[in-house]
Amino acid sequence: MVALAPRIAAPAAAWREPSAVPGFHLAFGFTLFYISLVILLPLAALAARPWEHGPGGFVAAVTAPRTLAALRLSFTAAALAALVNVALGFAVAWVLTRYEFPFRRLADALVDLPFALPTAVAGIALATLYGPHGWIGAALADAGIKVAYTPVGVFVALLAVGLPFVVRSVQPVLQDLDVAWEEAAHTLGANPLQIAWRIFAPALTPALLTGFAMAFARGAGEYGSVIFIAGNMPGVSEIAPLVIVTKLEQYDYAGAAAVGVAMLVGSLLVLAGVNAAQVAFSRRGER
Amino acid sequence: MIGETARRPVNRAGPLLILIVALAWLALVIGAPMATVFAEAFKKGAGVFLGAISDPDAVAAIRLTLLVAAIVVPLNAAFGLAAAWSIAKFEFKGKALLLTLIDLPLSMSPVVSGLVWVLLFGARGWFGPMLDDGGVKVIFAVPGIVLGTVLVTVPLIARELIPLMAAQGAEEELAATTLGAGGWTTFRRVTLPNVRWALLHGALLCNARAMGEFGAVSVLSGHIRGLTETLPLHVEAVYNEYDFVGAFACASLLAGLAIVTLAAKTALERADAAAAIKGSAA
Repeated sequence: MVALAPRIAAPAAAWREPSAVPGFHLAFGFTLFYISLVILLPLAALAARPWEHGPGGFVAAVTAPRTLAALRLSFTAAALAALVNVALGFAVAWVLTRYEFPFRRLADALVDLPFALPTAVAGIALATLYGPHGWIGAALADAGIKVAYTPVGVFVALLAVGLPFVVRSVQPVLQDLDVAWEEAAHTLGANPLQIAWRIFAPALTPALLTGFAMAFARGAGEYGSVIFIAGNMPGVSEIAPLVIVTKLEQYDYAGAAAVGVAMLVGSLLVLAGVNAAQVAFSRRGER
Repeated sequence: MIGETARRPVNRAGPLLILIVALAWLALVIGAPMATVFAEAFKKGAGVFLGAISDPDAVAAIRLTLLVAAIVVPLNAAFGLAAAWSIAKFEFKGKALLLTLIDLPLSMSPVVSGLVWVLLFGARGWFGPMLDDGGVKVIFAVPGIVLGTVLVTVPLIARELIPLMAAQGAEEELAATTLGAGGWTTFRRVTLPNVRWALLHGALLCNARAMGEFGAVSVLSGHIRGLTETLPLHVEAVYNEYDFVGAFACASLLAGLAIVTLAAKTALERADAAAAIKGSAA
């Protein structure tokens, strides 16, 4: 794209390269206006409101035992569910690209369902399915395992939420991976473990990291599919978004904003960490 | 997503066990909850199902859900086109920052996407008292629901358009301009036909997400039956009254919407792939 646009020597101060294509001011102006109104202004409020009672107020709101427990549950359950999805999402992507079986296209389309299915629908379905009278819940109850209305329920709900992110980031890489590499390695006497480590791991790690990060970020903030199955007991099975909802109901705007900031910063830190890991990984590959 | 050219012989696939594990996982995580929705909805027969979805409050909720989507999708489509036009066709400083901002709502909890509007327009929000004096209601009313839904779905159409328009470059637009076409004509006759499938794809996803949004809307709606309840909120309210068949009947409408969305999306991708093959053959 850069090569196509006419690169005319612009004065050093110009922030935009001249182009003969019309409409920049209109399109860019509308873009900035919309972003300011819909993203920047709300974010400014989110960033400003927690400090109403000073830095101490922010710290007190975020470190209250109930809030801390909820943040810990949201982030831990999201991380564990994302890890499980990295493994099983990879298996699903592998099967969808490498196997030929009846209804493969249907299975492929099914993967996207959690993207399109409203979270509240998934939530009541999971609560019923894993509830004491549900198909799975009843069987688990016989074995003495309780999922619904416990922290485990949060984890189970997040499994469905994160799956498509991992599958959809790994699948295209698997599809583009030239089978000749594998065959060459095989011909040269590599065993399956060596092929996995030397060929698949380098190609797939960035995609798996991306899938993990997206599944994690989505899971940590998830509300609708979790609240029905979680039981929402403060300090035990209450997730961070629910703490925000509760604080808002009590008109504690500063406290709600503080928890919101903590959640957003936590997610962004993990995303930044994964980004850094990817950069480090691609550097290792260059050497 | 589906590349037929990449199909490999089965013997390179690996043991059958992986196939069984992967399909069992799909069935457990996605299939079982879907089956539950429809099984519970029709548990007491079609009559009870029809009664639940024709309940006046359910009908009002469906109407509000359609209204919100009808406002949000065109707004985000206009934004997506404008953002993609400026990012893909021009070179300017700060582009990376702009892209990061557009993607930011994807890492926000839906509840936070609702919260921020309460901080602005709620009773104790920055502009809340001002709106109160003017008699304008944003929070616990339809405008709030629209704002929350807009924030959650902002990136969806833009993200479909930006990579495609960037890959297409500005050559065709430059040619049209050189031949004397005005900006609007160039956009309508050159750019729009090139991106129409991606636009439709993004609009489908945006629509599904807008109609199904729960977290943000739940913070902003005020849950007034028949007035500010969208269909997902109605599902929650009915479920919490232990009317499970009623809740799942309404939920099955939303699940049906998800299935239709995915079917349309798959058909669109296939048509797009067929067009690409035809285009490269010509």
